Amino acid sequence: MKRAGVYAAAAVLAVLVLAALAPELFTAQDPLAVDSGGTLRPPSAGHPLGTDENGRDVLARIVHGTRTSLLLGFGAVAVALVFGGLLGLAAGLGNRLVEGVVMRLSDVGMAFPELLLALVVITVAGGGTSNAVLAIGVAGIPNYARLVRAQTLAIRRSGYVEAAHALGLSAPRVILRHVLPNAVKPVLVLATVGVGTALVAGSALSFLGLGTPPPEPEWGSMLSTARNFISRAWWYGVFPGAAITLTVISVTVVGRALRLRSEGRAW
Amino acid sequence: MTTLRFIGWRLLAGAGVLWGAATLTFLVVHFTPGDPAEAVVGGEGAAPTPEVLAQVRAEYGLDLPWYQQYAAHLWRIVRGDFGTSYRLHTPVTQAIGEQAAATVELALAGAATGLTLAVAVALATARRRRWLRGLASAAELVAASTPTFWLGIVLLTVFSFGLRLFPATGGQGPASLVLPALCLALPIAGVLGHVLRESLEEVLDEPFIVSARARGLGDAAVRVRHALRHAMTPLVTMTGYWVGALLGGAVVTETLFTRQGIGRLLVSAVNAKDLPVVLGVVLLSALVYVVVNLVVDLLYLAIDPRLKEAA
Repeated sequence: MKRAGVYAAAAVLAVLVLAALAPELFTAQDPLAVDSGGTLRPPSAGHPLGTDENGRDVLARIVHGTRTSLLLGFGAVAVALVFGGLLGLAAGLGNRLVEGVVMRLSDVGMAFPELLLALVVITVAGGGTSNAVLAIGVAGIPNYARLVRAQTLAIRRSGYVEAAHALGLSAPRVILRHVLPNAVKPVLVLATVGVGTALVAGSALSFLGLGTPPPEPEWGSMLSTARNFISRAWWYGVFPGAAITLTVISVTVVGRALRLRSEGRAW
Repeated sequence: MTTLRFIGWRLLAGAGVLWGAATLTFLVVHFTPGDPAEAVVGGEGAAPTPEVLAQVRAEYGLDLPWYQQYAAHLWRIVRGDFGTSYRLHTPVTQAIGEQAAATVELALAGAATGLTLAVAVALATARRRRWLRGLASAAELVAASTPTFWLGIVLLTVFSFGLRLFPATGGQGPASLVLPALCLALPIAGVLGHVLRESLEEVLDEPFIVSARARGLGDAAVRVRHALRHAMTPLVTMTGYWVGALLGGAVVTETLFTRQGIGRLLVSAVNAKDLPVVLGVVLLSALVYVVVNLVVDLLYLAIDPRLKEAA
């Protein structure tokens, strides 16, 4: 039963990635085609998930929004992982001074809620999709720096690294060939669960009108407009959010299974 | 003596974090493109004369070398002066103070609801039949994965516009607090419930639980009086999560339900590029985080005497 859930979640993720790469496979309709005669129509055969305030097909907008929404989640984690990873690696491998500086900086970073830190970046850099990715990514750096440092320290003290040193291998060689490859996998596994959180934070920025601007389809920004029509068009507010929730659930389920497997526990 | 030293260290670490936070806000102000003096006078459209700009620079110390400005920046923050809002032209502390009560009310209601739900579900399902635990775990997953802003839209669709049970906007008496508090609470309940249930299942294996059962205590009494207290500790240490979930949630919830509060003040400040207000709210959240962390540490010291020896 549990395994079936994990496979179902992985299948949902595969469909989402496919929709991000080739949205035309899932809908024939244009997500930007305005139809002033058919605004806010309930779900029907022609529009399975109804239409929005400009008569655009909600299903088409959700399908075409997949790319941007996934980009917000995966892109932000990638930013946090690269910068946090470099800092964490430096802290784990460097001397006490480097470690102290990185850890105290991350102490300061952890004192700010991630969404608030992201809002500071938006205030300075302005809104838009790429700035939203950057903002959520920057907010996640302290967390990933800690994660990578802990991982690096664990590997550095392991038997095979000591053995490599004892064999007379140079420090850069030990780092590149032994520490790095072994640190990457568990960190990537932990980062998978983080994609869900980043996606929610990114679409929250769009919902607040600070992320992806209209008319480009994106789940959070669709909800931002839908909130003005709750009393008249339930489908408009319900389906884009269901897409976010389904994506986050799938990412979390797959991420948890990967983590349990990498820890050698049953999943 | 060791206890005093421990408290001293924690105070010092907290002050260090706040100093770092204040430094960060200074760096943000200085590396933001654009002339701060122009922002003070009223943004790009204001077209002030050079004399006015020079006067503002002198008044705000913008013509001083950076280290003097930095010192002045820190000193102002220590005295509780977070600057003046570009947009509202009132002190930032005053702007935040006017909105604080509404946000505290929402956050307390949300935290209490979320905690109550998590405790109830965990107590009822930990170490119970498999299908019941599976159900609880699925519910927790869905609740924790649901974005606050969508949850709010669904709640409004069903309870406000569908069943007409609660008002759709805030500030209309106690009934208008129900949906925002629920909206804030459900994702929190999902996360906390997951943590609490796992920790409760661990605690129920402890020897002192066996001894409590051996003394003839009923299952409910064992769970509520003995196991729960121990199982709650991980929830208390999740300080960063609490502050982040409540404040971040308030930003979204207040916007969605058009409620007064710090969250909405923050969103309109971000839109208007009103940097002093944004940084003021962020500094305040760091202060809350540091103080709550400190209080939790001291409470632990008071509750668990073993820590005194360790410290």
